[in-house]
Amino acid sequence: MTIGIPKALLYYRYGVMWEVFFTALGCKILIGPDTGRAIMEEGIALSAGECCLPSKIFLGHAANLIGKCDRILVPRFERTAADEEFCVRFWGLPDVVRGTLPGADILSYNLAGDERAGFIKLGAQLGFGLTKTLRAYQKAKKAQQNADAAAMARQNLLLSGGGMKILAAAHPYIIHDKYIGAPILRIMEDCGARPVFAEHCNRLLCRRRSKKLSRDLYWTVNKEILGAAVHLTGKISGVIFISAFPCGTDSLAAELALRRMRDIPAAHIILDEQSGEAGLQTRIECFTEILRERGKPSVAS
Amino acid sequence: MRPKSVISCPHMGSYHIIFGQLLRRLFPDAQVLMPPPITQKTVDIGGRYSPDFVCAPFKLNLGNYIEALEAGANTLFQSGLGCRYGYYGELQEQILRDLGYDFTFVCLSRQRARPLAVSAILRGAGCPLPAHKIGAAFYLAAKSAKILDEYEYWMRENVGFEAVPGSCAAIHENLLNALSRAFCLRDLRSAQSYAARAISKIKLNRPENPLRVGIVGDLYTLMEPSGNFYLEKQLAREGVAVSRIMGLCFLLTPKNRRRLIGESGGYLMYPVGANGADSVSQSLSYARMGYDGILHIKSFGCIPELNAAPALANLCGDEGIPILELSFDCHTSRAGTETRIEAFADMLRRKRDAKIRTPGA
Repeated sequence: MTIGIPKALLYYRYGVMWEVFFTALGCKILIGPDTGRAIMEEGIALSAGECCLPSKIFLGHAANLIGKCDRILVPRFERTAADEEFCVRFWGLPDVVRGTLPGADILSYNLAGDERAGFIKLGAQLGFGLTKTLRAYQKAKKAQQNADAAAMARQNLLLSGGGMKILAAAHPYIIHDKYIGAPILRIMEDCGARPVFAEHCNRLLCRRRSKKLSRDLYWTVNKEILGAAVHLTGKISGVIFISAFPCGTDSLAAELALRRMRDIPAAHIILDEQSGEAGLQTRIECFTEILRERGKPSVAS
Repeated sequence: MRPKSVISCPHMGSYHIIFGQLLRRLFPDAQVLMPPPITQKTVDIGGRYSPDFVCAPFKLNLGNYIEALEAGANTLFQSGLGCRYGYYGELQEQILRDLGYDFTFVCLSRQRARPLAVSAILRGAGCPLPAHKIGAAFYLAAKSAKILDEYEYWMRENVGFEAVPGSCAAIHENLLNALSRAFCLRDLRSAQSYAARAISKIKLNRPENPLRVGIVGDLYTLMEPSGNFYLEKQLAREGVAVSRIMGLCFLLTPKNRRRLIGESGGYLMYPVGANGADSVSQSLSYARMGYDGILHIKSFGCIPELNAAPALANLCGDEGIPILELSFDCHTSRAGTETRIEAFADMLRRKRDAKIRTPGA
């Protein structure tokens, strides 16, 4: 059996885990290609106009996998803890894919607090017993933790080194996407700034630190982004918030962060399907120039 | 000495009567000042100071707050439940502070909406009542909401067929007055029996089988008519009986997750946030009851309703019932909405006529 995994949305958070889990169960996996123009166009054509760009891209990926694999993994993410939840978009993901693409055979699991329980159900859907599923889950969990720790170590090394560092404060599925996020990272590098990421920090710590900026925030990923901005203050030169239009959680959380962050320069870039690279270039260039000027003694005094 | 509190909260349809009644009971020493009615100015101010792509209720709430503060309010109330609404309060307070206003912000959102937390917060805001009296005030408000919802439900169904234009609205006005003055359950009973008597006396020219449209969607946009250009009124003028179950009481009734998914008839596997699954299950029951059309209304970018949209589209295709989806934001045009409603009503009428001419088709 081949399981197709769309390379979009929370693949960038749980991808390693999914790959190892299915491989350990003896399934073949097919990771979708990187996002490209064609996939994005297809996703846009399939979605309602006012859906957010990453969800459109996800639909494009899912459509692309039809016919190439037996089942397509479309998980549902509700909450990680009692007072922490994912954007409601993730609550409806399996239903949106099922409703839009009747030809897709969806494999789904529900993350509602207890991750293990979700994976046990996932294994059962594929016809595997409890022991085998649990063993695969533990292996997968370990692999994901190792991958996260490695990314964190790499970032810490970068942070302890010299040069200008900017927090690319965005959902991982935006900033790590090869089509919508990669140009931003390239431009940042071109301008002499090294991007650092919220998801490569200690996430638990970041979620706790986010309380400093926002008391009420309850979206897991946004908490990590805001917390990272707090956590990294002093180690980075600035923060660029990158949101996709019209991201529901960013519309509130990024706005609040921009209003409350006083001790670190911040910019906000909003991406949509019509974004041109020239606009991005100008904004990022300006921002890095400002940061450089700030660093000079004549301005700082 | 603490200055006298002047309390205000955002509008939501005619429920401001109930919010006002509740706040007056909870804070007998304070003055309750509802914001001026929502106008284009409210929409403009709210939109100007809100983030660009936040959902429209946020912008309207913010407009209400600014107008209330300008009118002299110094204590603002906000609540907050699922999806983005739970986070409105913190950002709205920050925006208003950045604008330079000085006020107390009381936010009863999410965990703070639990009964014990509510009474502690209210006490902190200067409510002198003991817990059981706070409970009684909420009970009275809930009962009032039920009476109002029942009348408004009847009114939506029948206002298009009243023999004397304005007679339903007049009863509505009187009922609102009675409810806002109500101080005990006896007042509510007399308001309720007034509404029942008035309904039985009103003259209607209701055809035997009028066009019927069911409305579903995101609750604020449904309940606040100035946010949707009074489209229910327009439908009534087109001679359509409008059915909408979603109201304040519906919002406050706890729902069983599993039953909800069952009622969505296989079109959904999971709850999709806020009232998305309700939109699907109610649309399905409208379709099965032989309604002529469904209106799906939401604010721009409303995620739960967007999650429900593919299921709704499939459902309407399978059941053969037309659906019109409308999104509202600060930039939505009145004329555009009215044209689409008119065209929708027209289409439903022709569909009905065609069915009569070719029976069985």
